[in-house]
Amino acid sequence: MDVKDIIKPENLVYEKPKLLTDNTMHYCPGCTHGVVHRLVAEVIEELDIQEKTIGVSPVGCSVFAYNYIDIDWQEAAHGRAPAVATGIARVNEDKVVFTYQGDGDLASIGTAEIMHACNRGENIVVIFINNAIYGMTGGQMAPTTLLGQVTATTPCGRDLDRNGYPLKITELISQLPGTAYVTRQSAHTPATARKCRKAIKKAFQNALDKKGTSFVEVVSTCNSGWRLSPVDANKWMEENMFPFFPMGDMKDGERDAPDAYLKKN
Amino acid sequence: MGELRLMKGNEVIAEAAIRCGCDGYFGYPITPQSEVMETLMVREPWDETGMVVLQAESEVASINMVYGAAGSGKKVMTSSSSPGISLMAEGISYIAGAELPCLIVNVQRGGPGLGTIQPSQADYFQTTKGGGHGDYKLIVLAPASVQEMNDFVELGFELAFKYRNPAMILTDGAIGQMMEKVELSDYKPRMTAEELDAKCGSWATNGKKADRDYNIITSLEMDSDKMEANNLRFQEKYRQMEEEEVRYEMIDCEDAEYILVAFGSSARICQKSVDIARAKGLKVGLLRPITLYPFPKKPIAELAKKVKGFLTVEMNAGQMVEDVKLAAGCGNSSVPVEYFGRMGGIIPTPGEVVEALEQKLIEA
Repeated sequence: MDVKDIIKPENLVYEKPKLLTDNTMHYCPGCTHGVVHRLVAEVIEELDIQEKTIGVSPVGCSVFAYNYIDIDWQEAAHGRAPAVATGIARVNEDKVVFTYQGDGDLASIGTAEIMHACNRGENIVVIFINNAIYGMTGGQMAPTTLLGQVTATTPCGRDLDRNGYPLKITELISQLPGTAYVTRQSAHTPATARKCRKAIKKAFQNALDKKGTSFVEVVSTCNSGWRLSPVDANKWMEENMFPFFPMGDMKDGERDAPDAYLKKN
Repeated sequence: MGELRLMKGNEVIAEAAIRCGCDGYFGYPITPQSEVMETLMVREPWDETGMVVLQAESEVASINMVYGAAGSGKKVMTSSSSPGISLMAEGISYIAGAELPCLIVNVQRGGPGLGTIQPSQADYFQTTKGGGHGDYKLIVLAPASVQEMNDFVELGFELAFKYRNPAMILTDGAIGQMMEKVELSDYKPRMTAEELDAKCGSWATNGKKADRDYNIITSLEMDSDKMEANNLRFQEKYRQMEEEEVRYEMIDCEDAEYILVAFGSSARICQKSVDIARAKGLKVGLLRPITLYPFPKKPIAELAKKVKGFLTVEMNAGQMVEDVKLAAGCGNSSVPVEYFGRMGGIIPTPGEVVEALEQKLIEA
């Protein structure tokens, strides 16, 4: 069989999404960001909302997310992406706005902004990459770093008395009435990546349908920061992170009806 | 003649915003400027013009909402008072770095720290020399009346869009809280999507169209050569502002031997001081900078050639006096430049100013 026989449209099972640019990604080999960028690009393309989608990139490894998906982007200050997205969405009701944030950005310095955006029920999508470490700055402790986990600022492992507990921010977010959809996913195997893609698509559909805030956590690896090979990083994630950050939907529907929150007289 | 009303300065900011076609206001309550957002909420402009008004969870959030909305090309603003402006400093730096137009109103109160809720001009340095990190400048307008609170909202937006740069109205609790007669501006419609695209489509995140590359709003540039080029472009823009946008008022300066230099509330006080001094036979004039950045260096340098001295009058420990000294001295003039001021929320009296003038310049 000649290669020309193989490269036929009917044999095509996988291709680069049109919305992924040709810019060389700066991410380390094995990093989850590349996979999730691809999934986001696929969803925007499938929903045909390229002309109305505005992305907000964070500070952290994905600060340059704007180089990779062919839509309009704004780069936010550290932690402020949900406020930036709120500003864009409020004065552009016809647009679909999403933030793409890491754990340091979303669950540490930007805790106030994410909680209040979700509590207001902003019609935005939040993609939350949780790899339990600060990647960009060189592997320091993150709010989601597990107890005992070694990082550049917890060289003997995260210590409860010194550093406090890892933060399950997604569980907190799921309690907020403004959220429509809160889910935790991973993207480390073809099957989980497909599931994650479905979750991201639902989140963007919710934004189109004005259902409230949709929040998709992706438990991710940082093999560079974790000082592991990509394969070992996936294994470490499954063994250590999945028990503490269990997969699945925490809320699926739309933001709460106001009845329970109304003053009585 | 526009509609005449008796209004508080803070209320006028809100009214002027609605009338000039503002798309959105994002703010957080803080004394002495809370009437800005309160007035907007009572006016419900979302029904009238479609303007969005949102109470944010903090000043940090409100300035970042402004960053987002301004990035999409919309005409948006926030207001706060000194401690809140400190919290916004990060966002203001990002807005300047990303070259976005917006309007920020600082109704100053005394500091440092929580300070006092009484009026002050102690944020002059913060406003004109930076405030946030990095080399940037704000266009700074200093109203001295409730009427100018009205006029400078539209002017601030106009300059902000002209230079793609944040503009700030630097006022204080006295002008924010006092009521005066004001002639309100006529209504102007908000920008349509087509107008926005024509005006801002080359840079704004108003949705990537098939016929253009994607737009990115960012202050980040990792390539040092490119970042330096960005910095040089900003500096060129600031030089252009210094050439074209200096605004000031001169009162009784023609024959003056002594010049009071004061802005905002202090300038109102000094108008009376000029009258008192003139009645005593002293030839005193007032130079009132209206733009604090760009600062009116040239008229000060010109006056320095012929007058016997300058006295800056400020509600702070002496901040603008440094700029007056620089401007007066730039022609190698050795004319004395003195400062008089009150702090802690105290407004100087006209008589105090004249006394200070006599002591520091005339009898000295």
